[in-house]
Amino acid sequence: MLNYDLVVVGGGPAGMAAALKAKECGVDSIIVLERAETLGGILEQCIHTGFGLHYFGEELSGPEYAAKFIDQLKGTDIVVKTDTMVLDIDDDKVVTAVNKKDGLLKINAKAIVLAMGCRERPRGALEIAGSRASGIMTAGTAQKYVNLDGYMPGKKVVILGSGDIGLIMARRMTLEGAQVKVVCELMPYSGGLTRNIVQCLDDFGIPLRLSTTVVETHGTDRLEGVTIAQVDDKLQPIESTKEYIECDTLMLSVGLIPENELTKNVGIGIDRITNGAVVDEMRQTDHKGIFACGNVLHVHDLVDYVTLEAQIAGQGAAEFILGGDKDAVYVTPETGNGVRYLVPQRVNINNKNEVKLYFRVGQIYKNAKVVLECDGKVISSKKKVKLAPGEMENVVIPADILAGMTPDSSIVVRVEE
Amino acid sequence: MCYDVSIIGAGVIGAMTARELAKYELKTVLVEATNDVAMGASKANSGIVHGGFDAKPGSLKARFNVKGCEMMPQVCRDLSVPYKNNGSLVVAFSEEEMETVKELYDRGITNGVPALSILDKAQLKALEPNLSDDVFGALLSESAGIVCPYELTIASTENAVSNGVEFVRNFKVDGISFDNGVFTLTSADGDTIKTKYVINAAGAHSDEISRLIGDESVELIMRRGEYFILDKAVGNLVSRTIFQCPTKMGKGILVSPTVDGNLLIGPTAEDVDVKDDTSTTSEGLKTIKTFSVKSCPTVSARNAITSFSGLRAHPVNNDFIIGPSKINPQFIQAAGIESPGLTSAPAVAEYIAEILVNAIGNVPENKNFNGIRKDVFRFRHATDEEKSAAIAENPAYGRIICRCESITEGEIIDAIKAPAGARDVDGVKRRTRAGMGRCQGGFCGSKVVEILARELGCSINDITKFGKGSNILFERTK
Repeated sequence: MLNYDLVVVGGGPAGMAAALKAKECGVDSIIVLERAETLGGILEQCIHTGFGLHYFGEELSGPEYAAKFIDQLKGTDIVVKTDTMVLDIDDDKVVTAVNKKDGLLKINAKAIVLAMGCRERPRGALEIAGSRASGIMTAGTAQKYVNLDGYMPGKKVVILGSGDIGLIMARRMTLEGAQVKVVCELMPYSGGLTRNIVQCLDDFGIPLRLSTTVVETHGTDRLEGVTIAQVDDKLQPIESTKEYIECDTLMLSVGLIPENELTKNVGIGIDRITNGAVVDEMRQTDHKGIFACGNVLHVHDLVDYVTLEAQIAGQGAAEFILGGDKDAVYVTPETGNGVRYLVPQRVNINNKNEVKLYFRVGQIYKNAKVVLECDGKVISSKKKVKLAPGEMENVVIPADILAGMTPDSSIVVRVEE
Repeated sequence: MCYDVSIIGAGVIGAMTARELAKYELKTVLVEATNDVAMGASKANSGIVHGGFDAKPGSLKARFNVKGCEMMPQVCRDLSVPYKNNGSLVVAFSEEEMETVKELYDRGITNGVPALSILDKAQLKALEPNLSDDVFGALLSESAGIVCPYELTIASTENAVSNGVEFVRNFKVDGISFDNGVFTLTSADGDTIKTKYVINAAGAHSDEISRLIGDESVELIMRRGEYFILDKAVGNLVSRTIFQCPTKMGKGILVSPTVDGNLLIGPTAEDVDVKDDTSTTSEGLKTIKTFSVKSCPTVSARNAITSFSGLRAHPVNNDFIIGPSKINPQFIQAAGIESPGLTSAPAVAEYIAEILVNAIGNVPENKNFNGIRKDVFRFRHATDEEKSAAIAENPAYGRIICRCESITEGEIIDAIKAPAGARDVDGVKRRTRAGMGRCQGGFCGSKVVEILARELGCSINDITKFGKGSNILFERTK
């Protein structure tokens, strides 16, 4: 049995930032366990730029963004084990992991930060009828083949789903000489960033067809084509709009699912909307000493926000390790009109600092207001030219407002049209 | 060189027959058209070991089903194939259907099925509380079970090959000539195999193979069945296999646990014209949802991790076609094997071997035959001590490739190096479960491609999903 103050599960942007912050806050022994061969997580295959604009004030590629944290880690005594898979976490915060060199590892932790990231939704969950030909893959898998392995996974491509990875891959495949015929999106709006729709589709003349889905795949060996159709307001395909498109590749970018199998095994409460843990403002789960941050907590739009969130979790874990468990009085913020979820889901009113609540809206709004209401009083009302499900929003509960709250206080975030 | 016996088709019937023949001093070859074993109905069916009450008394189906069900537990133990004697229920939803249940009971007794009983609603709900409140009663068959159909095929082939049978893949028989008591099988690529006896176990294609010697007696209708596999989170919704009352088209939509802990719902039954068309259809998937909810109201396709379809080679005469061809007695039919074909396979294989051995006469037994196929190391099933020991011996067991199912690099290498081992991504998946979990290969798919290329000594764009034409990658990027 090994002993560490802090075990960080995952060495992507969230895990690295959490570990570094905890170190900065004075935590003595920290170990980061990463399942891939290298640190950096999914950033390693995101060779496009656009990372770091908020956090570093400069435009970086994914590997460049990751490298900044990898370099910082090298300057510390934080232990990093790559190619190491965490198999289990138990109630007493014993982490079981495995790798080739050490075999089975049992690590006793004072605190744990969960930073496992997310995975892509596969085809099976979509009920697309048709054959099981090769050439159907998630956009992230295709991205790995192109950017890391250097092989083309297709030449004539249809992309289902307008999540950011799908949009990025539309551009990437086009640059590599493939023909991206269309990006279909089931919903009447894209789930991706506006900047990605402009820079990855519009600039290359790739059509985005909203309220459209793939209903069938064709071809017995390699994919030969897909049938697409528009959907009605219940998202059901409209028979008369069916259209055959010849292609050898179908890329799926139909949503990301936080990877919370370990979290669930510990028995940590999960938010039904985010599919991540229910956390307080320091990103502590309902299991004391276990924190979560990054895409395992809720799917972020920008890695910059992952970093900021992970630093909160790192600080929270440090405070827990160094100061022990403190009495908390929680208020649960409520989602009002238009707001799908709020993270954190619980706010400790004994906390002395302001608290930022992150959320996403359920549809597109134009010229709307984001309103924060505490105990029936409007605390802030911010005008927004546009609100879209693809972009994370936030509101801040000021420290003085929190200080004046009681356990019966209410916090509501809503969109006013 | 001339083989004594060529088995055409490495489905469960061909593979188990190969293993039976390995018990004798015979030169046997198992000839498969595709890149792997179990590529037809043997990889896409319900995985049920039926009790044997369904088949018409006196039919080959009844005879081999009851015998096969009895043999299955031992065969699976010998071959280290997952099998579970979970029992099955045929559920009635009306007084009228209770009559059907009673008929099935009587038929089962006639067929010699052990441990049958009729349950009333209270008894049924006590056994399976998640069944619909609309149930009237059910037939319980305690000898029924579940098995992994492709693992049974893979394990049988491995064991046959370990005992001297040759396995030839990508040999699609498209010509058979007969001269001086010897058949010559010709492949689509022009390769030939000479053999004294042929066993036609070509599944959906057994009618075509039969026609190659001028025997028109194998008449098949392709009957497609579609399924959903649901997440392990709902794998214990029922503990027994739940059938509805059978119809003319088959045993109806079932809800069943699988040996791997998932829940299986399906199959539909739809006659189709095209062979090898294992597409799913939106109508079919809708049908499964409608009918499975009737048995279990809480079953939801929202938990689906994948859907698939398989083709039953339904014989027009409604019974298995087993025995020497009337055109040429050295050509043995093992055709029209639809449900309960999987259950019947061990018994059918034994019977065919017997026919052959009697026909050839004075065949010595293979004294070196070892019918035990040791289980491969499975990280997810090992204790901590076993894991540590395995990794100490082979570090590749310490590297997890498939995160969802905890499959290690070592297990994948084992699957490739096994006798008649995996040559493509789906072959690795069936042997190890890598890619069968909830992410369906999203993370591990590309790593499996890398490992296959490394172990087979080829480039990663030579690796296929399931053999010829199903390549995954094209040329290098710019």
